[in-house]
Amino acid sequence: MKTKVLISAVSLLFVHVSLAETVFVSLEKDNAIAVVDPIAGKLIKTVNIGQRPRGIQLSPDAQTLYIATSDDDTVLEVDANTLVVKNKLPSGEDPETFAINSDGTRMYVSNEDDNQVTVIDLSTKQAVHTIGVGVEPEGIAVSPDKQWVVSASETTNMVHWIDAKTYEIKANTLVDPRPRALSFTADSQQLWVTSEINGTLMIIDVASKEITQRVHFSVPGVGKEKIQPVGVIVDKGRKWGYVALGPANRVAVINAQTYEVEKYLLVGERVWNLAFSPEQKRLYTTNGVSHDISIIDLDEHKVTKSIAVGRYPWGVAVKP
Amino acid sequence: MRIFHYWFALWGIVFRELLRFVKQKERFLSALVRPLIWLFVFAAGFRAALGIAIIPPYETYILYEVYITPGLIGMIQLFNGMQSSLSMVYDREMGSMRILLVSPLPRWYLLLSKLLAGVFVSILQVYVFLAIAWFYEIQAPLEGYLWLLPALLLSGLMLGALGLLLSSFIKQLENFAGVMNFVIFPMFFMSTALYPLWKLQESSAWLYKIAEYNPFSQAVEFLRFALYAQFNQHAFVYTAVAFALFLILAIIGYNPSKGMMKRKGR
Repeated sequence: MKTKVLISAVSLLFVHVSLAETVFVSLEKDNAIAVVDPIAGKLIKTVNIGQRPRGIQLSPDAQTLYIATSDDDTVLEVDANTLVVKNKLPSGEDPETFAINSDGTRMYVSNEDDNQVTVIDLSTKQAVHTIGVGVEPEGIAVSPDKQWVVSASETTNMVHWIDAKTYEIKANTLVDPRPRALSFTADSQQLWVTSEINGTLMIIDVASKEITQRVHFSVPGVGKEKIQPVGVIVDKGRKWGYVALGPANRVAVINAQTYEVEKYLLVGERVWNLAFSPEQKRLYTTNGVSHDISIIDLDEHKVTKSIAVGRYPWGVAVKP
Repeated sequence: MRIFHYWFALWGIVFRELLRFVKQKERFLSALVRPLIWLFVFAAGFRAALGIAIIPPYETYILYEVYITPGLIGMIQLFNGMQSSLSMVYDREMGSMRILLVSPLPRWYLLLSKLLAGVFVSILQVYVFLAIAWFYEIQAPLEGYLWLLPALLLSGLMLGALGLLLSSFIKQLENFAGVMNFVIFPMFFMSTALYPLWKLQESSAWLYKIAEYNPFSQAVEFLRFALYAQFNQHAFVYTAVAFALFLILAIIGYNPSKGMMKRKGR
């Protein structure tokens, strides 16, 4: 009897886990990652991982979790199921953000202190190239068609277009002050870039490498100085784009066809990074100062829940 | 007396109150304009006042307008409760109250009918207010609007019974203005209608205590949870007990041989 109960309990647990997506959040101050079940709305556990974890991403097959532990000067390769560290990648000094190409063969890491981008071969776990870019590179993205790697230099106020095959900078686009985050549209035709100081979102045409649209934000009751756009993400159908507005504690919902801001959604304090659920039904935000994440229902564009995760949540990755 | 008589009396009283409500357009408008001004003007100016704590029944961060809405529902019912008591004083002065009270039906039943009539009117006002708030993006889950109905009934009865009790103390219409000042305003401001308890605790310990024991706070909390399809047991029991207490005292108050009317009538 006991065995039967145990088996059904375990199978129930299995069904539950397999149905729900899992959200991983890097906790900059706790030196850990938080594991959250967003459907149940619960923090499942917190796992110590390394010094000052920030950038966090899953491999395209969702089996490996990559976490930049900035103060350990490495990017960790972690088993996404067991959360056991498998490898330490040679990322160069103080890695903060990185990007992985769509087939999971290359990783591009921003080295803010060295003003360079390190390219890592994910099969051999070796750094295969370094590319000199502008001062303080931070935001980095690979186009879904694997043609471009784009790095944003915070101080130079430029995005650098690196050819993904030759590792040469082919073009530079001057952007608004302190570009923070970048995101390609799924069709690789546009690059969305946020400017923290100017409080704007720029949309760059990939073919011409020129800014074609500039979106301004204005939140009723919130001072302009608090509007500091950071994380940016665009949905698969290029219908909606979302921008985290930092200390304005809002996520801006942008119509990706008309470039109008349709809504500002109230989330936690200093909203930083964003990630979609696998079906793009939900959006997850990390709220650095209020130590939680918020869940946004994308059908209704409503914030449904905020869950406390630990100190200074920075990045977020979602495993199906 | 048959059940038919009871039903007929209840219908008569409720119908009279509804008729009054429908005919007095300005009364309906003023009942609606008051909370709407609070919502559009006062709450808009205090958007950042709430700070960042998440309190049940809310599961995420909310704007001040969202927080204040159940408080404004309570405000509608508080004013309505007092206003229908005001009409009681008027009825008593004009003599129609005597006709009502000489009916062979028990006094408690007549008073309860009068109370219910007032509550129905307030429920109408609340739903119109919520419909306008919906377009202002203050939207609760749909089932919450259903859950709200029984909660409105209880909170309306409690606040109406309080009005009834107060009206038993008042001989003349003019004195009621004092009650508005000394009862409605302190009750509203020293409650959780405008600020949550934790915020009140930050500013003053005694204000926090008053707000915690203020039956209006409990009614507002009961409404707040109901609007989000949740049940707040503590607030329910507190509101129900307050209702029973106010009603019993009001019935005693309206007893010509024992109550306040006799004493005041001297």
